[in-house]
Amino acid sequence: MTTVAEQLSTTTLLRFATAGSVDDGKSTLVGRLLHDSKSVLTDQLEAVEHASRNRGQETPDLALLTDGLRAEREQGITIDVAYRYFATARRRFILADTPGHVQYTRNMVTGASTAELAVVLVDARNGVVEQTRRHAAVAALLRVPHVVLAVNKMDLVDYAEPVFAAIAEEFTAYASELGVPEITAIPISALAGDNVVEPSAHMDWYGGPTVLEHLETVPVAHDLTACHARFPVQYVIRPQSAEHPDYRGYAGQIAAGAFRVGEQVTVLPSGRTSTIEGIDALGEAVDIAWAPQSVTLRLADDIDVSRGDLIAPSTDAPEPTQDVEATVCHVADRPLSVGQRVLLKHTTRTVKAIVKEIPSRLTLDDLSQHPTPGQLVANDIGRVVVRTAEPLALDAYADSRRTGSFLLIDPADGTTLAAGMAGRSFASTATVNTVADEEGWDF
Amino acid sequence: MTTAATTSSEGVDGSFALSHLDSLESEAVHIFREVAGEFERPVILFSGGKDSIVMLHLALKAFAPAAIPFSLLHVDTGHNFPEVLEYRDRAVARHGLRLHVASVQEYIDRGVLRERPDGTRNPLQTLPLTEKIQAERFDAVFGGGRRDEEKARAKERVFSLRDEFSQWDPRRQRPELWQLYNGRHAPGEHVRVFPLSNWTELDVWQYIAREKIELPEIYYAHEREVFARNGMWLTAGEWGGPKESEPVQTRLIRYRTVGDMSCTGAVDSDATTLDAVIAEIAASRLTERGATRADDKMSEAAMEDRKREGYF
Repeated sequence: MTTVAEQLSTTTLLRFATAGSVDDGKSTLVGRLLHDSKSVLTDQLEAVEHASRNRGQETPDLALLTDGLRAEREQGITIDVAYRYFATARRRFILADTPGHVQYTRNMVTGASTAELAVVLVDARNGVVEQTRRHAAVAALLRVPHVVLAVNKMDLVDYAEPVFAAIAEEFTAYASELGVPEITAIPISALAGDNVVEPSAHMDWYGGPTVLEHLETVPVAHDLTACHARFPVQYVIRPQSAEHPDYRGYAGQIAAGAFRVGEQVTVLPSGRTSTIEGIDALGEAVDIAWAPQSVTLRLADDIDVSRGDLIAPSTDAPEPTQDVEATVCHVADRPLSVGQRVLLKHTTRTVKAIVKEIPSRLTLDDLSQHPTPGQLVANDIGRVVVRTAEPLALDAYADSRRTGSFLLIDPADGTTLAAGMAGRSFASTATVNTVADEEGWDF
Repeated sequence: MTTAATTSSEGVDGSFALSHLDSLESEAVHIFREVAGEFERPVILFSGGKDSIVMLHLALKAFAPAAIPFSLLHVDTGHNFPEVLEYRDRAVARHGLRLHVASVQEYIDRGVLRERPDGTRNPLQTLPLTEKIQAERFDAVFGGGRRDEEKARAKERVFSLRDEFSQWDPRRQRPELWQLYNGRHAPGEHVRVFPLSNWTELDVWQYIAREKIELPEIYYAHEREVFARNGMWLTAGEWGGPKESEPVQTRLIRYRTVGDMSCTGAVDSDATTLDAVIAEIAASRLTERGATRADDKMSEAAMEDRKREGYF
């Protein structure tokens, strides 16, 4: 007989983000997912009902479930990303619910950075609007692998297929052009419950999955053979005990791909090579391990390896560089300027760096580019050129989200200034960059 | 060929997928190792409750076969369940750990803190905790808080910066992107770190079952002398309860959370095994704090207010 514990431990985990404003029915959709999967418990619902009544609202305002801060409740707005947790028999979900108004870009970039899937909501009556295009752009920039377009309020357009089809087509064309690899459009009514958890009785013309079905079945594993294998070293384990006098293991979380015992590897940035002698997967010796497992690698040769180094297959190691070109989202209240000295945190390595250029700033609404803005302010997205004091084993973000991303940090007080994605993106396709590079503009 | 784990569900998605417990475990281990790599004097808050026991288990796995490079800190309210103190001391001895204790009773005896009229000592823990962090110069303090527990905690970062007074300013939190945790802090400041941020109560119990982690007996159904207060069953004991108007009775109960005896309620339960506990939680219509914590019923912002002042 399988025990409850065994049944529950065969489920997988999906991290996803929702984007949209209250007007699109996002709270209603999230509320329905939580409520219909029985993830809102009685005391939470009572607390929300009580608080809603105190505010003179007739129906419970489900946003109050996670608008946990006093300032949020007082102002009736969501200030910060809220994480919500729910589960079905097949999967556990971590939902990063990003607010639509305040610090919009910063919050959606934060939520999307760890998401495997993003739900973008549109109102069927309004279709694709400026905000929808912003959502698509952030999902594309952050390389969220799966995007769901939830066309909401279908009940208000008589569940008409042509309305849905036109919106789905317009959005898919726009998002595909930005590089979103997979788009699934679903016609729903969050309020009436159509195609959220239960299939709709009003839309026979739609044969696809409900939102929850899609969330439960979308693949969470990547094709590891197609990924560059990457292992940032977090910590060196050396017990120096009587039992383990010579044990020396490199602890870390596999950032991408898979590693096998016997594989030849290169340690970066030093370039030294060795062979994987053993892989300890939290107490169990294994022959293969893959992302995102936390493991300890043991190498055949006694070479110098420390925190901040990257272990990669010798046949597929990145070229260390001190010149980083990237798209960044500025997340701090103080600006980022040309010439500014910063710290750059990449995987487990933090190095000094200087902002050499800010070639352009992007307007998310229409993807127009503004050359040489001089600085970036809160919620700006722009291109930067950074020179680091030491070489970094950096991948293009397009190839590896985990080893192509970095933070820029203010060395004075540790404030996180910007979130960076190395390499090219649609924000770098305009001519401004090329011109800047060719003419060698010097700031 | 062995693959990484009997428990990972290779095949669920037709390829290399991890089970949700393996994903959460890997994330927590990553967090422990980041702290070990970046901080000078980390410490694990250890109450003997299930969340801190799971934290200790994860830390042991993260650094095996070496010892944990952290010590433990127990904030002792003086109203402890004896079973939990015994468990704490056994764990410390078994793993050769160093234990620091910050004692609320000592602060009361010195006249620095005063007993509250309602007898609850949970809010009194903040000062001894803060002063111990300052005195020992701890720069990273692991807590077992989970975002699913309480709505103020839902907005907490994994790495949460505290000023020299241990205060939390929810509006000045650093955005946390990818798995890049920013732990930079000025001298005197410290960072609270929550490796179980993304776990739910059910995940914790499933993990305890999978890893066969021993818990204090009070988490399983047992007969106990209790009395009713604020809709919860409190243990009769030396800490101050019951009052004359509160009749004592013997009931079959268990604890869903373990904290100060004066404000931690038991629930009626006949779950004597792990499987029974998991089945009970999966079917429960109340959150663990809603069911068992008097301190969170004080106001809509009770937890936020305590957290701002430096509480766990």
